[in-house]
Order: sequence, then structure tokens, then C-alpha cells
Amino acid sequence: MPGYDIAHALAGGLVLISLLLLYQDRLYALLNMYAMHALVLALAVAWQAHIQESPHLYVTAAIALVFKAIIIPMTLHRIIQRLGIRRQIEKVFGVGLTMLAGIGLIALSIVVMLKVTPDFDPLAREDLAFALSVILLGLLLMVTRRNAVSQVVGFMALENGLVLAAVGARGMPLVVEFSVAFSILIALIVIGLFLFRIRERFDTVDVSALDQHRGERQ
Amino acid sequence: MIPAGFSTAPALLLIPLVAAVVLALVPGYRFAARINIAASFLTLLAAVGLLSGLRPAPGSMLLVDDLNIVFLLVNAFVALTTSIFSASYIGHEIETGRLNRTGLRFYHSMYQILMFAMNFALLADNIGLLWVSVEIATLTTVVMVGLYRTHAALEAAWKYFILGSVGIALAMFGTILVYMAAHPVMGDGAPAMMWTGLIEHAAEFDPALLNLAFVFLLLGYGTKVGLVPLHAWLPDAHAEGPTPISAVLSGLLLNIALYAVLRFKLLMAANEEAIAPGPMMMAMGLGSLLFAAFMLYRRRDMKRLFAYSSIEHMGIITFAFGIGGPLASFAGLLHMVMHSLTKSAIFFAVGHVAQVQGSQSMADTRGLTVSHPALGWGLLIGILAIVGLPPFGIFMSEFVLISSTIETHPLLAVVLVIGLLLAFGALIRHGSAMLFGEPGKKTVPVKASLVPMYLHLALVLTAGIFVPPPIVEAFRNVAAMLG
Repeated sequence: MPGYDIAHALAGGLVLISLLLLYQDRLYALLNMYAMHALVLALAVAWQAHIQESPHLYVTAAIALVFKAIIIPMTLHRIIQRLGIRRQIEKVFGVGLTMLAGIGLIALSIVVMLKVTPDFDPLAREDLAFALSVILLGLLLMVTRRNAVSQVVGFMALENGLVLAAVGARGMPLVVEFSVAFSILIALIVIGLFLFRIRERFDTVDVSALDQHRGERQ
Repeated sequence: MIPAGFSTAPALLLIPLVAAVVLALVPGYRFAARINIAASFLTLLAAVGLLSGLRPAPGSMLLVDDLNIVFLLVNAFVALTTSIFSASYIGHEIETGRLNRTGLRFYHSMYQILMFAMNFALLADNIGLLWVSVEIATLTTVVMVGLYRTHAALEAAWKYFILGSVGIALAMFGTILVYMAAHPVMGDGAPAMMWTGLIEHAAEFDPALLNLAFVFLLLGYGTKVGLVPLHAWLPDAHAEGPTPISAVLSGLLLNIALYAVLRFKLLMAANEEAIAPGPMMMAMGLGSLLFAAFMLYRRRDMKRLFAYSSIEHMGIITFAFGIGGPLASFAGLLHMVMHSLTKSAIFFAVGHVAQVQGSQSMADTRGLTVSHPALGWGLLIGILAIVGLPPFGIFMSEFVLISSTIETHPLLAVVLVIGLLLAFGALIRHGSAMLFGEPGKKTVPVKASLVPMYLHLALVLTAGIFVPPPIVEAFRNVAAMLG
């Protein structure tokens, strides 16, 4: 299979950057790292478009490059400034524990994916294993952060993993449409963040405040 | 002469879309509410038109069969009655200033887009388009839940958004895996994503990949069904949004997600080597039933109470389809229809009750049958129906379900009955506290629309006594199809 090495390196790079996202403790650094994530995704998608000879995938790569790697991080940067959001990222667990969990998730996804796809061509199955790792790491980022902005970054990283999986599935229809649909979803999240001035995540750890909102205890 | 392949199915998509555009432009609320009702009525006509047996031409991206006709009819019917309820409900919200005119235009337009998305999810002959429609439906309900812009409403919308997006992402990964499983057999391109082709060739798919795909699909769409432990968005979203949306969420949107799960269950069943999806669905269903039954006791907010009751009933329905077989699937289908009708009727009542007293707190609610007889007795009938007392339709479906569970899994039948009894006790306790006794503090008059509520309750009562043979026949066919 031509181009196997490069595809492998790019998908693996995406997993590594997902791990890097996990230990950032400044919002701006997190955003820069996310821009890197999207950039590597754009390269990976463009490379797949090249080796699969499916030019429509270049659209997906372009969306990843322009929208996700440039526009979204810049917009979020501005929103953080405008709303005066605290730049420190509040974590639920310590960095060490989160990283260990992340490594565990990568191992899990590789074991699971490689086991169920023994007859697939190696590029597709390893792509899928990497994609699942990126998705699970995105989920981990979402559940271990309390700030709304870092949750959104977690969701966007998760979505990059989905794009990687969809692109790796050879000849899958609607991939471009999916990436457009997801971009709209992300744009709406970001707009919502700004319009409703969601500074922090609603703090679900403080149970008394929560119950008050829910009208369950007076 | 009707051309071959003619069907009213495209109208189910076009009418809501056109109505959404029109409603975004119409300023007056009375006029807009009427257009909303008219569009919903036309959509119902189109759905009834599907019964004529005319099907869309194969390969037209739309699929109509016995399974989705049931869902489409329930969808269109409840959409119509909710639009009637919505007219009077929203009228009151405008008068009290909770909603402004821009918000209103937005609301009506979103209502029709939601109908479009739900119909599209049911009709699409493509697992990708199904996913896209569920995403659109989620987004429209998110913005509607946050419509009042209070802190609690925004919190609920944000939570729903994040959890819903995660669910959607998991479902997407499952969808990709299904395509990967189909790809070696069916080759590149769209056919490997069409329901018709997938079911036909499912026997040749790689079973291990299908198993993994189903786990993701069940978790992803299960989030939208509101199955425990992925239910956390549901009570907040129901409690904080406008009540017509709570009715549509509980009555319809949960069903749409369930429909997706059922379709993928069919796909799994067509492959003999793949694991049986039944036990997973039974476990999640029973878990949801028990969890929700316990949670019902500590509620203080009435919309939240009935939201937990929806989790409970979606659990029962998922459990029934998980058991499978003609009898249990029949019970599941009947229960789903009855739950949609009863729960939306309850939300119609609860919406007006909350307006009458200006609060959703159950502690403030006393003696409704005395102070507002029409609303109070309606709510009472609704509660009696939802807890499964005879002679209502839910009693029928629960009875059939319990007897078929005793036949196949006697031990689980015990758990099922315990869950049902717990929920029964909780709802009766809360219900009697709200409905009887001395009326509470002073209330404001509300022009309530009682017709939709009593219409639903009458249907549920009729179904408990006598179900017309053609409907029984249709449900039997679907149950046989689901296996």
C-alpha cells in the first residue's frame, strides 16, 4: 500500500496531540494545541484524499484547515478575552491520573479495534484504532474539565477523531456532508457560548446550588 | 391515474419545511399559531395518505414500511394536537411577558423544523441521513429548551447540548463501523448505507464489527432515548423548556431515537453470527425502569416528575423490544403509542396548571380537582392511565408484556413488576397530594385548551377497551418483522 507510512504517522500524531491536550492548564495553550490538532487532521485527510484518489475529500481537509485550525481557535480566543473568562483550567482529577486514564483508553481502543478487524487492510484498521483513541481522549477531556470552553475543545477533538474514522472508511459517501454538518454544529456551540455568556461550566459539583436550580429542595 | 411510485411521503418533509420558512416571516402570534396548526394538520393528512399502500419508488432515498408508518402516524397526530395546545399556551406566555415576539417567531419556525427532522429520520432510507436528521432534531430542541433564557433554562440547554452531542458522536462512529462492515460485501458508495440493501446483505457482514457498531449505536441513540446511565439531560430539558416542547420531547423525539435502535436491531438480527442485541436492550431497559422508579419519589417539580416517568416508560419499551418475539414486541409497540398519547396529554395538563399558579413546584399545588375541575380531573385521568390502571391502554400493554416475560424470563418478570409497583406508588402519592384537599393559594385565570388533552385520554381509554382489528393486524405485522 503506497503512502502507508505517512498516513500512519499523521494519524498517530493526532493521538499524540490528543494526549497533549489533556495536560494543558492554560486556556490559550489549550486553544493553540487544538489548532495543531486540526492542522494535523487536515494533513491526514489531505493525504488520504491523495492515496485514495478521491478528490472530494480535499474539501473536508480544507474545512479542517480553514475553519477548525484558524477561525474557531481565533474566535474562541476573542470570546475568552471579551467575556473575561478565567484562563486557568479547572480539572476534576490531577494531570497524572488523567494521563494514565488516557493511555489506558488508547490501549483499550487498539486492543478492541485490532481484534475485531483481522481481515481488513492494515491501513484502514489502524486508522480506525487511532480514530477511536482520539474519540475516547476527546470524551475524557470533556468529562475531566469544568470550564465550558475546554469542554467545547474536548468535543471538537472528539469530532476530529470522527472525521479521521470517516475518511479512513474507503469510499464512504456523505463524508463531506458530515464534516459540514459537524462544522455547523461547532459553529452553533461557539455562537451559543458567546450569546449566552457561558463563562464557566455551570458548576455541577456544588450540589446545593444545583438543587436550587432544579427546584428539588427549598 | 396515479403514476407508479407516487406517494405522499415527500409531502411529510415539504410541508413542515415550507411552514418553517413562512412562520419565520409571519409576525402576528394568532395568525402564526393558526398556520402552525394548519401545517401540522396537512402533515397528518399526508401521513394518513401513506396508509393507501402507495410506496415511494425504490432508490428514492425514502423508505416506507410497516414499521415506520406506525411511528409517522403517531408523530403527525401528536404534532397536530400539540400545536393546538401550543396556541393557547404560548398566548398566555406572551401576555405574561415570558416570551417576546422575536422569540415567538423563532419558536414556531423551530417547531416545524423539528417536525421535518423527525419525519426525515423516520423516512430516510440511509443510515447517514438518519444520523443527520437526528442531529437537526437535537439542535432544534436544544434552542427551544433554552428559549426562556433564564439561568436554569440555559443550564438545561447546555447540558442537553453537550450530552446530546456526545451521544450523536458515538452514534456517528457506530454508523461508520456499520459502513465498514458492509463495505467488503457491497462495495463503495451509497448502497452500503441504505436500509434496504443493508438488511438484505447483513448475513455476509463481519459479525465482530457489527457487534462493536451496535454497542456504539445503542449508547449513542440510547442517550437520546433517555436510557440510564445516559439520561442526565432529560429531566432538565423537560423541566426548563416551554411545555409544548416537553410534550413533543417525551411523546415523539424519544420514539425517534428508539426507532433508530430498532432498525439497527433488525440489522443485527439478520446476521446469525452477530451477538443477539436483545439482552443489552433488556438490561438497559430494566435498569432505566428501576432507576427512574426510585427517582420518582424525591421529585418536587411536576414537569421533572413526569420527565422521570418518561425515562421509566422508555425503559419498559426498550425492555419489551429487547425480549422480542411476537407478543413482547407487540406489547412494546402498543406501549410506545399509548405512552406518547398519555404523556403528552399529561404535559398539556401540567403546562396549564403551571400557568394557573405561576409555579411548577408540587408543594404549591393543592386541590386542583376543586379549584380547576377540568384540568384537575384531566390530570387525574392521565396519571391513572400512565401508572397502568385498567381500563386504560397502558394496562393492556403492560399486562401483555408481563405475561410474555413470565413465559420467557420468569425472574426478570419479578423485577419488572417491582419497578412498575414502585413507580405506581410514587405517582399516586404525588398525584393525590396535588389533586385533592383544600385548594392552595390564589391563582390566575388561563384560557386552557382542553380538547387535545381529553382527545388523547379518550383514545387511550378506547385502546384499553377495544383496539380495532386493522390496528391489531398492523401491529402484529410489525411485531413479526421485529422478531
